[in-house]
Amino acid sequence: MEIFQNILNALQFGSFYALIALGYTLVYGVLRLINFAHGDIFMVGAYLAYFVAVTLLGIGGLNLGLHVDPALALAITVPATMILTALVGVTLERTAYRPLRRKGADRLYVVITALMAGLVLENGNLALLGASRKRFPDLIDKVIWNLGGVSVTNLKVVVIVAAIAVFLMLQFIVTRTKIGMAMRGISYDKFAIPLMGIPLDTIIVVTFVLGSAMAGLAGILFAMSYPILEPYMGALIGWKAFIAAVVGGIGDIRGAIVGGFMLGFIEIGVVAVFPSTLRDLFAFSVLLIILWLRPTGIYGVAQTTKI
Amino acid sequence: MKRITVKILFAVLALGLGVFALAACGKDSNTIKVGFNIPLTGDIPKVGEASKFAAEMLKEDINSKGGLEVGGKKYKLEFIYQDNESKAESAVNAALKLINQDNVLAIVGPNSSKQAIPAGATCNDAQTVMVTPWSTNPDTTKDRPWVFRACFLDPFQGPVAVNFAAKQFGAKTAAVLFDIANDYSKGLAEIFKAEWEKKMGPGTVVGFESHGTKDQDFSAQLTKIVGAKPDFIFVPDNYNQVALIVKQAHDLGYKGPFMGSDAWGSAELMTLCGKDCIGQFFSTHYAAAGAQGATKEFIDRFNAKYKYVPDDVAALTWDATRLVLQAIQSVGKIDKDVKVERKAVRDALANIKEFDGITGKMKFAGTGDPNKCAVVVQISPEGKFEFKESVCPE
Repeated sequence: MEIFQNILNALQFGSFYALIALGYTLVYGVLRLINFAHGDIFMVGAYLAYFVAVTLLGIGGLNLGLHVDPALALAITVPATMILTALVGVTLERTAYRPLRRKGADRLYVVITALMAGLVLENGNLALLGASRKRFPDLIDKVIWNLGGVSVTNLKVVVIVAAIAVFLMLQFIVTRTKIGMAMRGISYDKFAIPLMGIPLDTIIVVTFVLGSAMAGLAGILFAMSYPILEPYMGALIGWKAFIAAVVGGIGDIRGAIVGGFMLGFIEIGVVAVFPSTLRDLFAFSVLLIILWLRPTGIYGVAQTTKI
Repeated sequence: MKRITVKILFAVLALGLGVFALAACGKDSNTIKVGFNIPLTGDIPKVGEASKFAAEMLKEDINSKGGLEVGGKKYKLEFIYQDNESKAESAVNAALKLINQDNVLAIVGPNSSKQAIPAGATCNDAQTVMVTPWSTNPDTTKDRPWVFRACFLDPFQGPVAVNFAAKQFGAKTAAVLFDIANDYSKGLAEIFKAEWEKKMGPGTVVGFESHGTKDQDFSAQLTKIVGAKPDFIFVPDNYNQVALIVKQAHDLGYKGPFMGSDAWGSAELMTLCGKDCIGQFFSTHYAAAGAQGATKEFIDRFNAKYKYVPDDVAALTWDATRLVLQAIQSVGKIDKDVKVERKAVRDALANIKEFDGITGKMKFAGTGDPNKCAVVVQISPEGKFEFKESVCPE
């Protein structure tokens, strides 16, 4: 029975990696930019979810005197968080990346800017809210199902379903819609596309909206599953999700989802078989071997210039 | 244009260096400086905050009476709080800054063994007294004549947890989940395992799993532990991780009890953990609920001032700082040379045989480690840490 339990655990944690990896991959796919601030956008998403939720429940945040039912609060928190996080992502693009792009700066400088933007978000949060942790309120009543020795919570199911639904939606947008076609076009040739009458900046904004909204969704689901928020919570998971995106083949949406779930399975699998002290050592050795065999990742295509 | 920018940059840099140099000067002979090397940010900010609050309260007490009387003259106290971000390397830097730049007479902190062990080496090398309020790992003071502590040690705490759990839960088997990157957690987990197997026979620790400091998901380790069906789980972890571990274990269908260690005892534990932690037990330094005498007075004043019941770190910082101040007083004079004075303070501190702290009586037997009692508390439905049992060293 332990094996089924572990599969479920891996699916849940892999979902978070996958959701965050999607954001990395979308931006990279369009701009060829590794948005290292993405893990921190995820953190901002979790905090925004927290503030929306406590404001609605009337237990903190802005004191509007609201006392909404937890279920309704959840229904409002999810879209509100996604929209607010998307705004943060777009703001970041407008203030940090676009000016550099306009000046024709090399991609390397934009990547460094992204790293710095991430640190600014982390430490800005630290300065604004202090180092004390926040506890995310319970928005749904936790139900634990026991199926022949395997424990499943309703939240776990929601997380896994959400990750798969988001993947299908993004895959549809990128491969079946006009916007998606424009996104793929920009990644192919950034200079020819504007000549075809396609608004470059609008498409880039859309990319950031999509990527950041997914990070916001991941943030809220994460905050519900692991209800303790701190300013550095996005750093490590962001790094790991980035590795997942690279192993899956960065720039490809299928790669992000496969890489994310794979990292989840490897991490949980290593602990299940070996002593847990060796987890990260084994997990990342496995990923190293995969990259060694396929340097462009599982779905990646070889490219002449990469960072 | 560009050249001007560069010039401005250089000017700012030069100015910065100047401020740096100035900061090192400027001494006042009428004050006594004590440094605090505490985690104001990082993983356990509530611990640093509690330390700072307790120290501020003590400082106000003494300064409002004109200062600390040493050899018939009153000196104002100046406490310098340096954030160690709950990191080992930052704790060393904080100690160096307090010693070399702020010229403090002695240092209180760091609190966690993870920072206290490396910072202890730094203070010992720099010949400055360091008193850690909360670090229970033996290595902190081992072979370091300049390092002291105000709490019991893990080789004492481990058996306390073992004996209590065996008696309370009637347990025959145990499982342990600990933080591999934390000296405190790892050390205590190993002591516990050895002690439990000595008592119950080999193989009775059915799960011995670890995790990283920044981990948030423990489902794989807990699945293994729950599958091994232990009578209880021992979690010598910081309070922030405890909250996640206990919750996730319940999600995986675990219904048995948990036993914790003194790192659980933060005032923030219950806000983070909520109802999952109710009814669990942990060993700690003092029980706030039901305290008497000077301890109660401290708790009431702290509660009135900062609006929460002080946790063990606050109480231990109070004791550690008073230990330092008592040593300074018994020196009887303040030497102009801070190095000479530091040596005198160390000798005075080493001469203290007995100290009546608000966390209990401490007896020093020539080392930096006190002999003192531990208590086991249970978390009540109101989230209070209720006294269950007191265990004293023989």
